[in-house]
Amino acid sequence: MGFIKGLNLKKAITLFSMFILFGTNMLFAQGTDATPAKVDWLEVGYYVLMFIIACLGIAVIGKILKVYDLSLKMQGKKGIKWNNFMAFLCLIFLIVGLAAAYWSLTVQGSMTLPEAASKHGVDIDNMFLVTSLLTLTVFFITQILLFGFSFYYRKSEKRKAYYLPHNNTIEKVWTVIPAIVLTVLVVFGFFTWQEIENSTEVKGDLNVEITGHQFGWYLRYPGKDGKLGTVNYTLVNAQNSVGLDTKDPNSTDDLQADTLVFPVNKPVRLNIRAHDVIHSVYMPHFRLQQNAVPGLPTFFKFIPTITTAQMRVKTDNSKFEYLLYCNKICGGGHYNMQKVVRIVTEEEYLVWIAKQKPFLNIPAPAKPEVKAPEVKVAALNKDADKKVIANRLALNN
Amino acid sequence: MSTLAVHDHAVAHHDEAHEHHHKATFLNTYVFSQDHKMIAKQFLITGITMAFIGMALSLLFRIQLAYPDKAFPLLETLLGRFAPQGRISPDFYMSLVTIHGTIMVFFVLTAGLSGTFANLLIPLQIGARDMASPFVNMLSYWFFLTASVIMLSSFLVQKGPASGGWTIYPPLSALPKAMAGSGEGMTLWLISMVLFVASSLMGGINYISTVLNMRTKGMDLWKMPLTIWALFLTAILGVLAFPVLVAGVVLLIFDRSFGTSFYLSDIVLNGQVQPYEGGSPILFQHLFWFLGHPEVYIIIMPAMGISSEVLSVNSRKPIFGYHAMVYSLIGITVLSFIVWGHHMFVTGMNPFLGGVFMITTLIIAVPSAVKTFNWLATLWRGNIRFTPAMLFAIGMVSFFISGGLTGIFLGNAALDVNLHDTYFVVAHFHLVMGSAAIFGMLAGVYHWFPKMFRRMMDDKLGYLHFWLTFAGAYMVFFPMHFMGLDGVPRRYYAFTEFKGWEHWLTVNTFITWAAMLSGVAQLAFAYNFIHSIFWGKKAEQNPWNANTLEWTTPVEHLHGNWPGEIPTVYRWAYDYSKPGAEDDFIPQTVPFSQTMSSNLPHDFEDNPGGLEEYNKWTAAHKASEPVK
Repeated sequence: MGFIKGLNLKKAITLFSMFILFGTNMLFAQGTDATPAKVDWLEVGYYVLMFIIACLGIAVIGKILKVYDLSLKMQGKKGIKWNNFMAFLCLIFLIVGLAAAYWSLTVQGSMTLPEAASKHGVDIDNMFLVTSLLTLTVFFITQILLFGFSFYYRKSEKRKAYYLPHNNTIEKVWTVIPAIVLTVLVVFGFFTWQEIENSTEVKGDLNVEITGHQFGWYLRYPGKDGKLGTVNYTLVNAQNSVGLDTKDPNSTDDLQADTLVFPVNKPVRLNIRAHDVIHSVYMPHFRLQQNAVPGLPTFFKFIPTITTAQMRVKTDNSKFEYLLYCNKICGGGHYNMQKVVRIVTEEEYLVWIAKQKPFLNIPAPAKPEVKAPEVKVAALNKDADKKVIANRLALNN
Repeated sequence: MSTLAVHDHAVAHHDEAHEHHHKATFLNTYVFSQDHKMIAKQFLITGITMAFIGMALSLLFRIQLAYPDKAFPLLETLLGRFAPQGRISPDFYMSLVTIHGTIMVFFVLTAGLSGTFANLLIPLQIGARDMASPFVNMLSYWFFLTASVIMLSSFLVQKGPASGGWTIYPPLSALPKAMAGSGEGMTLWLISMVLFVASSLMGGINYISTVLNMRTKGMDLWKMPLTIWALFLTAILGVLAFPVLVAGVVLLIFDRSFGTSFYLSDIVLNGQVQPYEGGSPILFQHLFWFLGHPEVYIIIMPAMGISSEVLSVNSRKPIFGYHAMVYSLIGITVLSFIVWGHHMFVTGMNPFLGGVFMITTLIIAVPSAVKTFNWLATLWRGNIRFTPAMLFAIGMVSFFISGGLTGIFLGNAALDVNLHDTYFVVAHFHLVMGSAAIFGMLAGVYHWFPKMFRRMMDDKLGYLHFWLTFAGAYMVFFPMHFMGLDGVPRRYYAFTEFKGWEHWLTVNTFITWAAMLSGVAQLAFAYNFIHSIFWGKKAEQNPWNANTLEWTTPVEHLHGNWPGEIPTVYRWAYDYSKPGAEDDFIPQTVPFSQTMSSNLPHDFEDNPGGLEEYNKWTAAHKASEPVK
């Protein structure tokens, strides 16, 4: 207890303020080379003063209410009816809240994405509409009941609450009805989901590879053969950004691109990869999202249905572009990984693809630069072989 | 049947033992206390402190979101290199969202909520002298405090705290070079979390064994208040799910520090090929969400239990459908273990699995709906008394509805494709488990404050606190749904600077100001809380006229809770406004023989002897009644 006695309030406050003033500077400000910007203490003081005045205001109002309450009681009246006041606030909250929710749904609701620009996106939007109508109905009914009951059944001396411990019939009803509604949603959702996630390759699909890295995407289009060459992450180097395997004949004509350009109404199959950490290919206009996972290639197949030009007309925005974002936290630059996606007609696509550069300058890769990493890779492979042998030995013994 | 003879035995020794052996010192009363009531207060105060820190962090990143291109020199003074030139850096922004999430989910709404109310209410409401193992209980608190201190200390390391999001998905969290926060900050996060889980397990085992073994005479499981049911099932969830998180965390520590490849494969970082092979980042997600999803029910179930109790007491009505409430809690407990995959619909998990998880996820909405309807039915024809606790319980129900309904969107795999990781998700979980759970917790604080601190909190400040927070929270989270529907991803540092999203800037500013308002409102709570501890109005023994056992203990705290014998329980906890009874409440300790005029045949379902007595009494009573 001794140390408690020695530490009186004044000293504690002084110590605390010293900690705040010097401590934060010492602890947090290590290694700041740039001169800190000047703090406008007057402005800070202004806000602090505002806050103190607000607190004082509340305290004064509180005191006035207390005095008023006491004076009412002195006159033999009941005092402020706080309980009724709160009940009325519930009613007011209900009315204002419903109005605000309606405003938000209409005004902010219209600031959301334009119509789906892909075939499966239309299914998702229909599903969304049905779910919205159902949940909004439940939302409005239950909130009205919640605050309506709160207001209507506010405390009254004349009344006694109704002793109603349970009612099996009504409980069964409101267990079974949500169960049925949810079953319907599950069944529709399940089939929609199966359809969306079917990414099996069919002849004629445009296979495009997109590889996430910190902080950007590498894009690779197949060449004339329509096939993407295989990649191996151990082959990645400054020239070969995705680790394209030059021994694979399909690799030789692969193209690199800066923008995702797809022909309209043609199935596109995205081959999604990641190099360092998890990224996510998110193209909200197409209702499309799939994570890019290192070591686990993923796919998403979709059919774009509205060209960029058409969407510009529909949204009445001459600068409209479809965009691709990263949607899985991946580091400090996570927010800054957009790619433009452009949906064009078949003819425009053919013109565009003809202009794209080959991914690697095969067959003459810059040998000396490539060699060094290759040695490393070879060493790695050797190690791997050794490991395998060792494991086999272990197994045999 | 369910009582233990041990009690009486313990009682006999208790009083004298107390006098002789323990000398109450400052250290063993306030610091290393083994008394469950003191440990509850320790959890509460630590939890509230963490909540204020978590809230402050959220206000910092809200400032960045509302004013992405404005410099606040004060921030540099306060945060130093984390906010160069008065602007929060992108890396520190990530740290802020990560630590905000971690603190709120684990330190406030798990430990702060369960820790406080399980410790306070379990012994008091089931009629026990203390927890099954008071020493382990004390350890539980100290592990929690240590974990909190370590988590906060990560703000002091050179590169800042962990910043991979509260879900810390590898490889981002596994590769120290992947981002600033994945270095020492991440190490501290992992150490803190291991200690936290240890704390949580020690607490949970204690809660379960106390509820199962130490109920007083007559307190069978079906007479327990819903708070105890909720806290009991929460503890079971925690004990079964938290170890899986430790497994995940330990493997992550191995990957980070010992060169294993549990979660890593085929990695090229900054152009450098890494020697990891054969792991799977998806494995971590499975392990994490195997805890992570039960975790959200660990958070919300105590809030549900508290709200059920508070709604019933203040409506002066029995909780509607007590059995259905218990069965829905059990249903949620069981189902919560098989829905974790709905966090992983688009992560590369097999799409067929996604379909299965969608079915289980939407099933869990049924017990949740039942609970909501039962709460509404409890209010119906009640005689509602608006204490601050009651308002917070009503607010909890409102948030649970609003947030729960959007869960139907997100649980649907097809819809989740476009909503996953957008602001729609942020809005959803902040309403359904953030705001709803914190409102449940605040309802509990206002309701049991007199039990904890022997004084009353100020009602008027409570009202002010409620309305500002309630309106503020809706203003913050409601508009976020629409940002999500516009495809705005979460955890973006400065999205309003991009073309196509500028129109959200005004909304973002509005949200930030609403958040500030709610933040300031919490100061009213802090003032009320601290002021009332020392100078509040003295509490009566049963200020709310409630039925449960804790209000039969004396106002003065005793080590052992009840002087003399522990009262026997005769009835359920919800006999409010029973027709024929004198008062509008009949405490659990009142035998049916004393309330002949209000007994119902239903009260004697498992008690043929009692039913006979009842029939005899009603027959006699009817005969003697004058004919009208």
